[in-house]
Amino acid sequence: MSHEPEDVSAAQDPVREAIARAIADNRVILFMKGTPDQPACGFSARTVAALQTLEAPFAAVDVLPDPRIRQHLTAISNWPTIPQLFVDGELVGGCDIVSELYESGELAGALGVPEPEDAPEAAPGAPAPDRAPLSIENRLS
Amino acid sequence: MPTSEELKQRIEASIPQARAEVQDLTGGGDHFQVTVTAPGFAGLSRIEQHRLVYAVFGPEVGGPIHALSIKTQTQ
Repeated sequence: MSHEPEDVSAAQDPVREAIARAIADNRVILFMKGTPDQPACGFSARTVAALQTLEAPFAAVDVLPDPRIRQHLTAISNWPTIPQLFVDGELVGGCDIVSELYESGELAGALGVPEPEDAPEAAPGAPAPDRAPLSIENRLS
Repeated sequence: MPTSEELKQRIEASIPQARAEVQDLTGGGDHFQVTVTAPGFAGLSRIEQHRLVYAVFGPEVGGPIHALSIKTQTQ
């Protein structure tokens, strides 16, 4: 029986690798249920709406197609629920924290986009129609 | 099936001096909203505060507790 001297803690698991790379490669990335156009859960929908209201470009990964995505993501982030928003490689939070940041006006700063003073009439919940977010294909499956 | 009262008691027993208000959002015992006030949250980031609350329930979050919406405050 061959002995593995390497740490077996999934460091080389391809799904985990792909998640880590996606977080590193995309300044703003949302792991969610469903897609920005068709969120499959109210919490994901609210989080997408906050980002879209600020017209913040973001990458998105649907965790639903493969349960391993969620398992590895949760292990990486030490956060049990979906959605999860990362900025500059750091977990910002899930729906509750993103909503709180949005309501307090801190989200724009966290995302590095201008404060929406002069702007969108669209309330959160009504996504801006003509701006498709940068969406990475689900390359984690 | 967990109840709001059970969640409240577990949070208050686990986090020192915590006060929790818990709402069962759907009445189905699986979508809860909690507001937790604890002096120990002072100086912690929101993420860290929420992690302390999630930690009370461990793997039950995402399992029997399908959704746990959290609001934290220090007083």
